[in-house]
Amino acid sequence: MADRIRAFAAFWYDFVVGDDWLIAAGVVISLALTYLLSRTAVPAWWLLPLALAVLLPVSLWRATRRGD
Amino acid sequence: MGSGALFIAVFLACVVEAVEATTIVLAAGTARDWRSATTGMAGALAVLAVIVAALGPAVSDVPLHGLRLVVGALLLVFGLQWLRKAILRASGHKARHDEGKIFAEQLAAAAGQPRRRAGLVPDWYGFTLSFKGVLLEGLEVVFIVLTFGSNARNVGLAAIAAGAAVILVAAAGLAIRTPLQRVPENTMKFVVGIMLTAFGTFWGAEGAGAHWPGSDAALLVLIPAIAVFALALVGLLRGNRQAVLAGRS
Repeated sequence: MADRIRAFAAFWYDFVVGDDWLIAAGVVISLALTYLLSRTAVPAWWLLPLALAVLLPVSLWRATRRGD
Repeated sequence: MGSGALFIAVFLACVVEAVEATTIVLAAGTARDWRSATTGMAGALAVLAVIVAALGPAVSDVPLHGLRLVVGALLLVFGLQWLRKAILRASGHKARHDEGKIFAEQLAAAAGQPRRRAGLVPDWYGFTLSFKGVLLEGLEVVFIVLTFGSNARNVGLAAIAAGAAVILVAAAGLAIRTPLQRVPENTMKFVVGIMLTAFGTFWGAEGAGAHWPGSDAALLVLIPAIAVFALALVGLLRGNRQAVLAGRS
């Protein structure tokens, strides 16, 4: 039973988070920061594209370094 | 989001998933038993239809703001993972997706298993191989249909696009009974990765309370900008790889 629960959890982790947890964590943090910024007078739309421009190269660098 | 853009995004994403599922069904049918493989495929499609019917109306009832935040986050994570893999493949850092090779591996694995009848299914292994393959690939199709469809408030059109893609690919696969190697799968995955990332960025930011300059027109800048950025990363990684290989020789 424990093995099945573990396999079920592993399937959903793989389905949602995928190969690099850093991307999922980065997206969640970026969205939280966007929400906080949107509560102020400063425009918040630029934060997510900026996060993307950082997250993708960093994730690629990690992948090439460990030979994914 | 226009109906055309919704249709194209869902159709392309679903073609890619359908090609992968078709390869598994073809391997199960060729190596084992066609009746068991098609029964497994039909069973999985029935389960997926129930999931869409159950979740579709429920997702459509969620307030748009909250929906866009959650869906945007999921699409962005999905899109970045697709794009990451596509960039690694295009730059030579990861083996390209090869349906012919996958088909041969599935055939070899399936051929070695003992045959066992279960009820109306002549070959249980062929049935489960086909069922699991279609269900797992199909879950991604369901996810794409529900996320794109609910955000555009048009789950029906998204479902039609997905259905058209699945029927087209399945019909082509079953007609020629060989894996669909001519489908430019790697290129399509690159394009789908760009679209998922762009829509995820757009909806995620809106859901978090940001307002895009130019509203929906911002997508017309986001999509090409992400495409150019991804292609630049491919060029950069390819150059690095060539430099490393040249250094070794």
